[in-house]
Amino acid sequence: MDAVRATGLTKKFGTFSAVDNVSITIPEGSIFGFLGPNGAGKTTTIRMLTGVLVPDAGSVRIFGIDVHDDPIAAKLKMGVIPENGTVYSDLSALQNILLTAKFFGMERVTREERACEILERLGLSDRQDDLVRTFSKGMRQRVSIACAIIHAPPLLILDEPTTGLDVYSRRLVIDTVRRMNREGSTVLLTTHNIEEANALCSRISVINHGTIVATESPEKLKKTFDTSRYVEISFNREVDAPLFSASCIPNAEPYGDKWRVYTDDPDRTVKSLVTLADREGLSIVSIATSNPSLEEAFVTLTAGA
Amino acid sequence: MDWHLLTKSILVTTEKNMRIYYFKGPVVVFGLLFPLIMFLTFFIGRDLDLILFFPGFLAMMLFFTASSVGPLITPWEKREKTYERLLSLPVILESIVIGDILAGAIFGAGISIIVFAACSLVLPLSVTSLPLLVLAFILGSVTFAALGTLLASPTTDNPSNIMMLSSLVRLPLMFISGIFIPLSQLTGWFFIFTSISPLTYLVDLFHAALNGDAVYPPWVDILVLIGVTLVFVWSAKVIQRRNLVKGI
Ligand SMILES: Nc1ncnc2c1ncn2[C@@H]1O[C@H](COP(=O)(O)OP(=O)(O)OP(=O)(O)O)[C@@H](O)[C@H]1O
Ligand SMILES: [Mg+2]
Repeated sequence: MDAVRATGLTKKFGTFSAVDNVSITIPEGSIFGFLGPNGAGKTTTIRMLTGVLVPDAGSVRIFGIDVHDDPIAAKLKMGVIPENGTVYSDLSALQNILLTAKFFGMERVTREERACEILERLGLSDRQDDLVRTFSKGMRQRVSIACAIIHAPPLLILDEPTTGLDVYSRRLVIDTVRRMNREGSTVLLTTHNIEEANALCSRISVINHGTIVATESPEKLKKTFDTSRYVEISFNREVDAPLFSASCIPNAEPYGDKWRVYTDDPDRTVKSLVTLADREGLSIVSIATSNPSLEEAFVTLTAGA
Repeated sequence: MDWHLLTKSILVTTEKNMRIYYFKGPVVVFGLLFPLIMFLTFFIGRDLDLILFFPGFLAMMLFFTASSVGPLITPWEKREKTYERLLSLPVILESIVIGDILAGAIFGAGISIIVFAACSLVLPLSVTSLPLLVLAFILGSVTFAALGTLLASPTTDNPSNIMMLSSLVRLPLMFISGIFIPLSQLTGWFFIFTSISPLTYLVDLFHAALNGDAVYPPWVDILVLIGVTLVFVWSAKVIQRRNLVKGI
């Protein structure tokens, strides 16, 4: 069964169409990425999926349960980290987690055991009784994550979970997402960080101006939009542009202390560059070829945003 | 809709409210002090019959405490950004609305019963009908907690706007509800004027329960309070539902 099956989601705010006929299907067990520039409609879509915002049209099924018809049953299957939502700052980390667990109807013993385990896992054990008010942003986000996974949700939905976090907190979040996925949760996450989506997701939807412009695996997306390739090279002494054109290497541009040579055949270009260096008595300090990047695909898809 | 799950979500919401918004030193102290100050301001030194005015005082106390914190909860949660998370938990709008009302009702009834118990130690209060008294506490606390939740519903994440609105609605109600002049002494237009305030019927119900000198038959008071509660709850739900559609 599909973890998420949303069809024809549409939302207008006044006359502005924030989300227009968006359909998403997420098979059980996968990590699904939702990518798009600022204001593309990611959060609006997520809010409709999680039953927080009433759509103008369209329907959402979570493991077959319609969010509109039976919101409580559908929400019981989800753990959500909203983009603009935090935990209660007047409660301690532990109290927040236990309260959330109560909303999910967990038994007292399970609740306490699991809270303990998760606090440990997220490195919050020694601060568990401090009020969240006194926490840093990264720690708050960890509490937020703890609350979202306390009931081992079959579906985990995270709206920009790593924005504003340092490297360690970011890694912790990513590891937690991976681990939840290994333990059986389906994951839907939005992010601006293309590398993150690349590293985590098995499928990505790119959304722009409220409509989905592509849904592919990251590798496929990269290949499709692999248009500009180049070779980057630097020598032990300064060279100038005519040197390249003289050896039939067009499209060479200075790039910092290096040269960038745009080409559609990296293989031939590298060989000519090596010949050139040999002939001129230059030694090569560094050489690299570009790989197709997801960023390229993203920019191409959402150009003009 | 699973009733068990719905009930559970209401109770946990109530518990959350009690813990975060009500069981706080300043809130409880304010809840106790404000009606007391009102009481002293209006009654002390004016040679009034305390027993005659006590039902009105009790109703005012219940009215004020039950509707004091409710208006702030939703705006506060929106401002602190906890509302979005709350909505994504296994709750529906009704759980939140009813949970907010229950918390206010428990707080209002709790404090008023404490004050009533304390007063009955020092004043020679009489109770004409205990069942009516219990009913008055329950109905009064629920009705005015529902008013509090209704006041919380307009679109804003600014608690001070709601404070203004709340004072604007609640203070005038107190003056047209037979608290400071017994209903039995009002005639003509004044009497008709008081009949538009729901608080009047709670005052009257306390008169029936304590001194036995009510103006309306108890069943009228009870029906009006129930009817008004339904209107409050329904309006709160409609307004908050509309906010959900607007996404605010
Ligand atoms: N409640 C609302 N009322 C009016 N307009 C809204 C509302 N919520 C969102 N919008 C508009 O809808 C558009 C999409 O917003 P949304 O928050 O979904 O973008 P996003 O993809 O999540 O962007 P970001 O990456 O910046 O978080 C924006 O133009 C925003 O201004
Ligand atoms: Mg967003």
